Amino acid sequence: MKLSTALEPLSAQPVQPSLDSPIVISVENVTVRYRVPKEQMRTFKEYAIRRIQGRVQHNEFLALDSVSLSVHKGEVFGLIGPNGAGKTTLLRLVARVMRPTEGRVVVVGNVAPLLAMGAGFHLELTGRENVYLNGAILGYDRKTIGQNFDRIVDFAELWDFIDSPLRTYSSGMVARLGFAVATDIMPEILIVDEALSVGDTAFQEKSLARIRSFQERGSTILLVTHGMETIRKMCNRAAWLDQGRLRLIGPAREVVDEYLSA
Amino acid sequence: MFSMQIESIESHLAPKTTHKESPVYDSSKRGILVLEQLREVLQYQDLIFQLVRRDIVARYKRSVLGVAWTMLNPLAMMIVMTIVFSQLFHAVEGYPAYILSGLITWTFFNQTTSAIIHSLVWGGAFFQRIYVPLSAFAISAMGTGIVNLFLSLIPLLGVMLIVRVPIRPSIIFVPIPILFLACFALGVGLLISSIAIFFPDVVEMYQVALMIWFYITPIIYPIKIIPENLLPLLKFNFFLPLLNLFRMVIYEGKVPTLTDLLSAFLIAAVTLGIGWWVFANKSDEIVYRT
Repeated sequence: MKLSTALEPLSAQPVQPSLDSPIVISVENVTVRYRVPKEQMRTFKEYAIRRIQGRVQHNEFLALDSVSLSVHKGEVFGLIGPNGAGKTTLLRLVARVMRPTEGRVVVVGNVAPLLAMGAGFHLELTGRENVYLNGAILGYDRKTIGQNFDRIVDFAELWDFIDSPLRTYSSGMVARLGFAVATDIMPEILIVDEALSVGDTAFQEKSLARIRSFQERGSTILLVTHGMETIRKMCNRAAWLDQGRLRLIGPAREVVDEYLSA
Repeated sequence: MFSMQIESIESHLAPKTTHKESPVYDSSKRGILVLEQLREVLQYQDLIFQLVRRDIVARYKRSVLGVAWTMLNPLAMMIVMTIVFSQLFHAVEGYPAYILSGLITWTFFNQTTSAIIHSLVWGGAFFQRIYVPLSAFAISAMGTGIVNLFLSLIPLLGVMLIVRVPIRPSIIFVPIPILFLACFALGVGLLISSIAIFFPDVVEMYQVALMIWFYITPIIYPIKIIPENLLPLLKFNFFLPLLNLFRMVIYEGKVPTLTDLLSAFLIAAVTLGIGWWVFANKSDEIVYRT
């Protein structure tokens, strides 16, 4: 079950307008340009030969093309569009794993990219060791993780296995541990990708409750999904990306309706 | 016009007073890349520690012989080499200790540079998911290498006792050549990685180059057997002064002179400087290329 779909029933509350609150994500005239060689030429030898012959040519592929948008504090902001529209690239820019080729991205506040859930987990290490490793990858120091360790394991409900190697865990248990570490400290901005599933139904509800409490306490959520109903119900506003361009931005319902009728 | 736009947006951004603890990330504000990378590495030192720990623990956890594996490979090679070459180079005092001291430094260099390249060039999918300073991964690979190198000093000292090469007080200097070797390996690893981001087959070329490098360096044979007229060429083998410094303090039992130290230091510092500079300027490309 997808997290984004599972979020639906919980967020049937009225959409609050939040355009007065401060901007926490600002994307200004952003272009991301990949240079793709015209012919597949991934070896140095080939490159050297062609270079000498003066035959190196590149195609430019615009993953994002002068996109500008801003997200306000506390908003649930949806990104929609077909595959290859640039949604993931935009998430990467906000998560700062990628820099724009042109333009500027400003993000205020700490970001918890749920795309990075369980990043760097090692199967040979115990759950405990992996919590410290994963925490360090998320940028927390040993002391902070040590202080919050009990809470993390409590939430993941993994006390019985915490000193066993991760290879003995089921995939649901690994996901639970990853989610517990990634969301232990309330993020100001939460990035949720739809291809996210966390454990069994009971744990899914628990993790949704946590995300919801973040939202209530003022976290901003950036959501990517193909589920139009989810966007309609959950998001305050949405942006429709198409081939790297911003087609439409506005109230979620309007954008979804336009998108579906296009 | 564009700058005006930025200013107006800035005034709308969350006021800093209410978000004292909120970090602000601005893609347009970048200092000098070389220093930026260094600052971030310091910020993520816990990550480096955790990665080294992961590599060491994961490597030894499931093997019965555990730590012994680090020592077994150079020891086995030493035994083979001694049997094959001892007649040829019998003039070298304590030949097994001579080979082993060379082999463990080479193994360190070979494994560290390869590990750095591997983690940076093939780690792309990971780096697309979360922001981490990439050089932290390179430094942790170096850290793992240093731990292994210190561990392999144990069999070296054992062999020295067996073949009666005296262990002298100069051994207390051994952290110095190890530090220089580590900096050199980090520099080479970063440099090759920076090129390999664009051309992955450079990794294969590097493996071939390493093999040639191994045989043109007096690691398993004494420097004496190199013909007189080829000796000036050894000046271009930047690994050699580092190897010599290591052998000097541990195998020869001599206190290094200032010249020895200075030349090794210069090689290490310049290599690291170039590697760091090139990598800091090219590391953004990693996410773009994979």
